[in-house]
Amino acid sequence: MSHYIFILIGTVLVNNVVLVRILGLCPFMGVSKKLETAYGMGAATTFVLTVGTGSSWIIDHYLLMPFDLMYLRIIAFIVTIAAFVQLTELVIQKTSPMMHQTLGIYLPLITTNCAVLGVPLLALGAKYDFVESLLFGAGSSVGFSLALILFAGIRERIEGADVPTYFKGTAIALVTGGLMSLAFMGFAGLDKYQ
Amino acid sequence: MISALAIMALGAIILGAALGFASIKFKVYGNPLVEKIEGLLPQTQCGQCGYPGCHPYAEAIAKGEADINLCPPGGEEGVRKLADLLGREVKALNAEEKPKQVAIIDENTCIGCTLCIQACPVDAIVGAAKQMHTIIAKQCTGCELCLPPCPVECIAMVAIPETVDNWKWKYPVTEIRKAA
Amino acid sequence: MLQLFKFKGGVKPATNKVQSVTLPIAVAPLPTRLAVPLHQSIGGMPRPIVEVGDKVLKGQKIGEADGWISAAVHAPTSGTVIEIGLYPAAHPSGLTAATVVIEPDGQDRWIDRQPVDYATLEPEAVRELLREAGVVGLGGAVFPTHGKLTASKTVPMEEMVVNGAECEPYITCDDLLMRERAEEVVRGAGIFRDLLRPKKVLIGIEDNKPEAAAAMRAAITALGDAFREFEVVVVPTRYPAGGAKQLIRVLTGKEVPASKRSTDLGVQCFNVATAYTAWRAIAHGEPVISRLVTVTGNVDQPRNYEVLIGTPMDELLRLGQPKADTDGIIMGGPMMGFLVPDQAAPVVKATNCLIAHSPELFPPKPPEMPCIRCGECARACPHELQPFEMYWFSRAKNFGKTQEYAIFDCIECGCCSYVCPSRIPLVQYFRFAKSEIWTREREKEAAEGAKNRFEFKQLREEREKAEKAEKLAKAAAAQAAKKAAEALAAASAPAETAAPASALVAAPAPDATSTPDAVKKATIEAAMERARAQRAAVQPKNIDHLPPAVEKEIAEIDARHTQVFGTADTAPADGEKNN
Repeated sequence: MSHYIFILIGTVLVNNVVLVRILGLCPFMGVSKKLETAYGMGAATTFVLTVGTGSSWIIDHYLLMPFDLMYLRIIAFIVTIAAFVQLTELVIQKTSPMMHQTLGIYLPLITTNCAVLGVPLLALGAKYDFVESLLFGAGSSVGFSLALILFAGIRERIEGADVPTYFKGTAIALVTGGLMSLAFMGFAGLDKYQ
Repeated sequence: MISALAIMALGAIILGAALGFASIKFKVYGNPLVEKIEGLLPQTQCGQCGYPGCHPYAEAIAKGEADINLCPPGGEEGVRKLADLLGREVKALNAEEKPKQVAIIDENTCIGCTLCIQACPVDAIVGAAKQMHTIIAKQCTGCELCLPPCPVECIAMVAIPETVDNWKWKYPVTEIRKAA
Repeated sequence: MLQLFKFKGGVKPATNKVQSVTLPIAVAPLPTRLAVPLHQSIGGMPRPIVEVGDKVLKGQKIGEADGWISAAVHAPTSGTVIEIGLYPAAHPSGLTAATVVIEPDGQDRWIDRQPVDYATLEPEAVRELLREAGVVGLGGAVFPTHGKLTASKTVPMEEMVVNGAECEPYITCDDLLMRERAEEVVRGAGIFRDLLRPKKVLIGIEDNKPEAAAAMRAAITALGDAFREFEVVVVPTRYPAGGAKQLIRVLTGKEVPASKRSTDLGVQCFNVATAYTAWRAIAHGEPVISRLVTVTGNVDQPRNYEVLIGTPMDELLRLGQPKADTDGIIMGGPMMGFLVPDQAAPVVKATNCLIAHSPELFPPKPPEMPCIRCGECARACPHELQPFEMYWFSRAKNFGKTQEYAIFDCIECGCCSYVCPSRIPLVQYFRFAKSEIWTREREKEAAEGAKNRFEFKQLREEREKAEKAEKLAKAAAAQAAKKAAEALAAASAPAETAAPASALVAAPAPDATSTPDAVKKATIEAAMERARAQRAAVQPKNIDHLPPAVEKEIAEIDARHTQVFGTADTAPADGEKNN
């Protein structure tokens, strides 16, 4: 039990996907201008990442390993992730066309999000079993959403601040992201077990 | 080799079928975005954007045919609101932003021809054939569509005067240092 | 002993009230002219019912209330109406407002005053009387009082609060009113009590006014059993304890939220001066034509005056003998008042105090510095708002967020600006944000209306087109039927007559459609010619020796013309008088 909790804490805080592993920066910079879009993107990525990690583990253990097809790992994972992203896009377009419009191109870009491919690969590399890899995926996506929402909140406040002209927009956002990374470094050593 | 192909093909078929089924189940009709865009436009129906009214312009924006900076009555504020809604870049207005004006008819020259009444897109002119025409200032949007049709050129545009009722507090400005 | 409650926040500035309470109330002398603005209350603007040149008596109605939430306006003294037009307004913008200017004749003759025993009248009639007498809230909000005298249908009225707190520094008009005219204040509150029927009437007075509290207590005791539910409650001095919601909280513990009216919680609040004017209106038949104004600040003789509404502020200030370095007049107190842009502006029903401004007494504020988020403003806010957040978003012009932080709950009391260590003029930012939001609301409503009218116009045009097409179709069908009938008749008759008959039938049809258009075009051409000829023909002939009636008419037309078109006369290209 504590093993699962450590995995969760590890993925959400200590080894946060965006701020410590520095994966998945495209939506982190692109969708974080407003809090509402950050929520939407966080939810979409959570679904894709969790289901994607689980299904990638299943594909790897029951389809690829028995037939010794490890070299097909990346292609197979991308195909499944792409299908899940497309499904997510259809659902979002139906339930919230506003969200679909504002997320724009970043919704299909979840397919090429390095975090969404990287997390299943990392889970397999750590030799987790199914439940552990599912938790790993879920925790990573929660960490991604956390970082995204915090960042969006800060960016919304920066909108009203007196930023020097040449720092406006992406520049000050990158500075903020860097400072957030530094802050999350403080979680190192939290996950001390065994 | 065969097993690799077979597995990939199997995966493709399963996922493709699932997606096909989902795309039918979650089909979207119409485009509610147009109403949202139209809600942000000033409803002057003046045609300065190049479209015959605010609804056609909203449709063009939703389709992606029109840029968001074509509406002078909406001003810079309107461009910013549209940019916020659609997640597009804020651009400078492509026309000059004029202060709000209303039209006024010089009643001595009006001949009662009703041409301006037909031209006004929001029915802000009251009158009938051979009767005096007058413009209801509160309902005039300042679109200037009534000026060309008037044969005796009795309509003029005047800026809306600032009264105690529509006066706004100004943005606070503090003097840091007097200019030498 | 009534248990008092506390409200969070508030500040304790120096009260500066001692200067103006040493002398009793003085009646201000008649000024040289009285400019009575028509719009002196919240709500509809009264219509003038007098004309230039009319002789008016003191207390005569000169402005008829427009709608239910509106109050009438009266002449403050007898005299002649010399002007009805735009005159400097007692407003921070410095703009003009519709005003009736009266020149006093010095005789100060009253109308025939009709005192009324209100116990014999229906409540509706009493409210109507108050509206006709121009009774409005004299605490500063100038809301028509008759609009506040209806209890809620579902919630019984429990307490009626009479606001004698007068928390703002420098102002002492309510203090002296209670000291000298306590009985009339209590009787006036009695009228409100009879209309609202609360269980208790609580008169809140700050503890820096012991004489006023004593006078009011004595008046209540003297009036006996009829006022037994009246109680004077002394509240701790803290700004803004005199705010309606704050006083209600202190005396009753109830917190009135922004979305509700205070009557929904069974409580209502009136100012002492309002109660006084209500009594004068009902029991003496005197409409609201004067009020107490404190003249203080950089003057040699600060004191309270009973001033006629419409007195120019500079004339009133001179009575206090302003010192040499006075450079302006503040209307209101130092926390919520504003510097009057034009000193000729008149005293209105909302004017409770005039403070003579000097750079020594009110040193200029240092420039604002960045917000350090110390939170002092949130600690001082009496409504528990977050001024630093509202400031941040007002500054960024993000008005949606300011409303999320409840900017419309802000009463602009000035506590936050008072405590800010960075000297940020917070209230100015909030006022800016509020007026921008109101402007946007107005524009949105106008746009909605324009859109509806546009859609209706489209609908109407299509309908007319459809009707026209139907009519044409019917006419064509009728023609065809007639032709067929004629052909039938002609077939039985001799052949020669058939041809001309059918020709006759066929001929008018094509002409019928073309002639109306041609006729219209011809009339339009003729009209254009006439207009052109008129413009060319109007030469200013014989305008030197015109009879005075015609001269007056020309002058009136010119005045109307300038009012409509602005200062520049829009003369046509040929440059003649556009008459």
